[in-house]
Amino acid sequence: MKKEKILKQIDRLKSIAIAEGIDLSSEINKLRAMLELESDDFQKEKQMKEVWEIVQNSRKIERPKPQDFIKNFIEDFIELKGDRRFGNDNAVIGGIGYFDKYPVTVVGIQKGHTLNENIEYNFGSPHPEGYRKALRLSFQAEKFTRPILFFVDTPGAYPGIDSEERGMAEAIAENLYYLSDLKTPIISVITGEGGSGGALALGVSDILIMMQNAILSVISPEGCASILFKDSSKAAEASVSLKLTSFDLLNLGIVDKVIDEGPGLEVNPEIGYKNLSEQILTSLQYFTSLSSRELVEHRNQKIRKIGYYKDTTGYLKKGISNTRNFIYDLFKL
Amino acid sequence: MDKLPDSIKKLFVSKDNSDKTLPDNLFVECPGCQEIVYRPKLEQNLGVCPLCSYHFRISVDEWINFITDANSFLPLFEEIVSVDPLNFPGYREKLESLYKKGLNEAIRTGYARLDGIKILMGIMDSEFIMGSMGSVVGERVARLFEQGMNENLPVIIISRSGGARMQEGVVSLFQMAKTSAAAKKFSDSCNLFISILTDPTTGGVSASFSFLGDIIIAEPNALIGFAGQRVIEQTIKQKLPEGFQRAEFLEKKGFVDFVCDRRKLRETLVKILEIHRYRR
Repeated sequence: MKKEKILKQIDRLKSIAIAEGIDLSSEINKLRAMLELESDDFQKEKQMKEVWEIVQNSRKIERPKPQDFIKNFIEDFIELKGDRRFGNDNAVIGGIGYFDKYPVTVVGIQKGHTLNENIEYNFGSPHPEGYRKALRLSFQAEKFTRPILFFVDTPGAYPGIDSEERGMAEAIAENLYYLSDLKTPIISVITGEGGSGGALALGVSDILIMMQNAILSVISPEGCASILFKDSSKAAEASVSLKLTSFDLLNLGIVDKVIDEGPGLEVNPEIGYKNLSEQILTSLQYFTSLSSRELVEHRNQKIRKIGYYKDTTGYLKKGISNTRNFIYDLFKL
Repeated sequence: MDKLPDSIKKLFVSKDNSDKTLPDNLFVECPGCQEIVYRPKLEQNLGVCPLCSYHFRISVDEWINFITDANSFLPLFEEIVSVDPLNFPGYREKLESLYKKGLNEAIRTGYARLDGIKILMGIMDSEFIMGSMGSVVGERVARLFEQGMNENLPVIIISRSGGARMQEGVVSLFQMAKTSAAAKKFSDSCNLFISILTDPTTGGVSASFSFLGDIIIAEPNALIGFAGQRVIEQTIKQKLPEGFQRAEFLEKKGFVDFVCDRRKLRETLVKILEIHRYRR
């Protein structure tokens, strides 16, 4: 609305300038600057709406959950339960079966479509035994050189007393530690919500695939807003800052492939399923052709190079002795 | 203490020193026993209250002074500095003001000697955005492990962190994977990694390299865990039991090798290094 008003005023000033023969260019420029500001805000607002819609879509209860992907993709699926240490976590489903002609081990974090299902699956929030089950099945896959498929959809690892008592931090750390060196192909797909460390524990892989409307974030937008802006209602704003959409993460070099969902998985999953299964198949063909050494080397290099920093060695060699002042100067530039 | 005149009170610190390291004042009120402690005496005692053994949080420089041989610390990787990959609101300004203060990222790494034994050391700094792990922390830790692997040196890391750095988003999250992968490679080279957990070690740091030590030592009463206490309370809607997520709790549950008084830490580390045949 404001934008149109400014445009009208510019036109009016222009016509006055021509009719009366006076120089009004400074006034016109001021208005133009205002116009630019308006449109920037407008763009920001639009972007915020788009990103927030993706966040909400990724959490939709109608959206296919990892167990649906497994049902759709895996033939002769046999579920294998338990971590052989403490118990069986219903939030994590694991087992063996065929993907196309390939025998695979598959692990997914389950989320429900109904309230009852969600209670059974703890809303997709695993306890430590869930991650330990995933690791146990991964070692088994390594032994029989079966590729591993991870399907991830979780708000995060469960923050509870029992989780901490059984060593959540240690469980996630162990997954990251051993998966980085596992001598069998790992394909990881973020299908919905990728919540922080709880998602990353099944995200160490040879190829990280993300569904177009999935998200992956270091903290939930709500959590980020309440910590940084001291206001959890600013979640939409935070979701833009966190760069959590599939395309943002593709640009940042974290995600390797984004899968086109067509109209959106929650509307019609068929196109998404088809595109994803094609991608998994080509990935399986490629990674099973590598030797285990090449495979681990490739995975390690992929993880190793993630990070953005400035290496100031070159400058230091030129004889700047005071690093402290130098770093400050660098930032002023 | 309340009866003292204000002019004298000014010499003391307020009770709330939760996020600060050892306060600068001449006298310090101990949060453990509420007694007033003379600061030089506290320093002599490695930042541990001489009356109740409360462990104050100490700065990186103090750690270096207290633990390593005099003048043996040689910094490494200080040339790596943070950038703002996500263009996150306020992050650039925050970094700028911290660098201006003379802080150098949330971890300092380098060579050091313990009783003459050469080691590689990393000490986290909670004054730098709560000791959070972004790209620079991840890179320095990874390089520390690689250096140890190349030179066959043991690595000791003193952790103190709130977790992954929000302002670098998923890039920070993947530093967990990066540091864990580096720890795995280092471990495969049959070198020793001692992880020391201090108050507080939580989130993405505890869920990566901190819990991957061959030997994991915790400081008395240090808060150690994955989820923050407030988040847990909000989720389960009940108060947390006393001593929950504290070092002694983790020792009881079997997640740390032992809890060690800071005054005994140095000799303990030397013994462990000697048992692993690291020589002077």
